[in-house]
Amino acid sequence: MTTRTYEVRTIEILLVEDNPADVRLTREAFKEGRINNRLAVARDGVEALDYLQRRGQFAGATRPDMILLDLNLPRKDGREVLAEIKVDAQLCGIPVVVLSTSQNEEDVKSSYDLHANCYISKPVDLDQFINVVHSIERFWLEVAQLPPSGGA
Amino acid sequence: MSVEPINILLVEDNPGDVRLTVEALREGKVHNQLSVARDGVEALAFLRQEGQFAESPRPDVILLDLNLPKKDGREVLAEIKADERLRRIPVVVLTTSKAEEDILRSYALHANCYVTKPVDLEQFITVVRSIEDFWFSIVRLPNR
Repeated sequence: MTTRTYEVRTIEILLVEDNPADVRLTREAFKEGRINNRLAVARDGVEALDYLQRRGQFAGATRPDMILLDLNLPRKDGREVLAEIKVDAQLCGIPVVVLSTSQNEEDVKSSYDLHANCYISKPVDLDQFINVVHSIERFWLEVAQLPPSGGA
Repeated sequence: MSVEPINILLVEDNPGDVRLTVEALREGKVHNQLSVARDGVEALAFLRQEGQFAESPRPDVILLDLNLPKKDGREVLAEIKADERLRRIPVVVLTTSKAEEDILRSYALHANCYVTKPVDLEQFITVVRSIEDFWFSIVRLPNR
C-alpha cells in the first residue's frame, strides 16, 4: 500500500439536479468518499447561475471546485447553463461533469462542444448509479487536480 | 458500448513515460490502440491528418504532456480547443507540473482534466489505470 497525501481543504461541489432522489443518492455517495467535501444543491438552471454568480440570496455562496450538472432542468436548461458557465471568464475554469439520463448522441457531442469536462450517462439502476457517483468522486477528488481554490 | 478499440493519442517526449503508459494501458480492461506523438508539432499534424499522418485515426481521447519540444503542450491544447473539428476530443493533461498556474491555465484553455504525473513508478501506473477506468469505462466519449 502506498501512501498518498491528500489536500486537507474541503472540496466544494455544486450539484445541479431537480430530482430529489438523485440529490439524496449523490449526497450519500459523496459523504462516503475519502476526501472532505461539501455539496451544495441548485434545483434548476436559474438557481445554479444565481449561485455561481452570487446573486440575491446566494451573495455569500462559495465558489465550487467542481460542478455536477444534469441536462434536463426546470426554468433554464442544463445545456444553457453549461454554455453560460463556459463563456464566463470567471467561471469557465471550473470542471463541469455532465451527469444526465440522456443517451442521446447529440447531447453527448454538443456537451463536449460546449466544453463540458466530461459526460456521464446516469444509470437507471440504483446500485450502478451509486457506483458511478463513487467513480466520479474517486477520479475527480483523488486522481485529478482540481483548479486551486479561489482561482479565476 | 462499441467493440472498436478506443483510439488514444499520447503526446509525450519522454521515452520512459511512453513505455510505462503503453504497458499500463496494454494490461487494461478496455481494448485500446495507442498512438504516440513525440512533440507538439507532430501531435497537431497527427490530429489534422497532415503529411505522413494522412491515414491516422481520429483519437477518442488525447493524453497530453505540457512540456514538449518544438511546440509546447499549452499551445497544442489551445489549438485543439480552438479548432471546431478537434475541440470535442477530450484532452487529459498528464504532466509532472504541479504549478497552480499550469492547472488554472489548462482548465481555462478547456482541458477536460488535469492529472499530475507521479514520479514513483508504481504510482504512475496506478494513475494511468485510473484514467483508463474513468475515461474509458465510466465516461461517455463523443463519437462512440
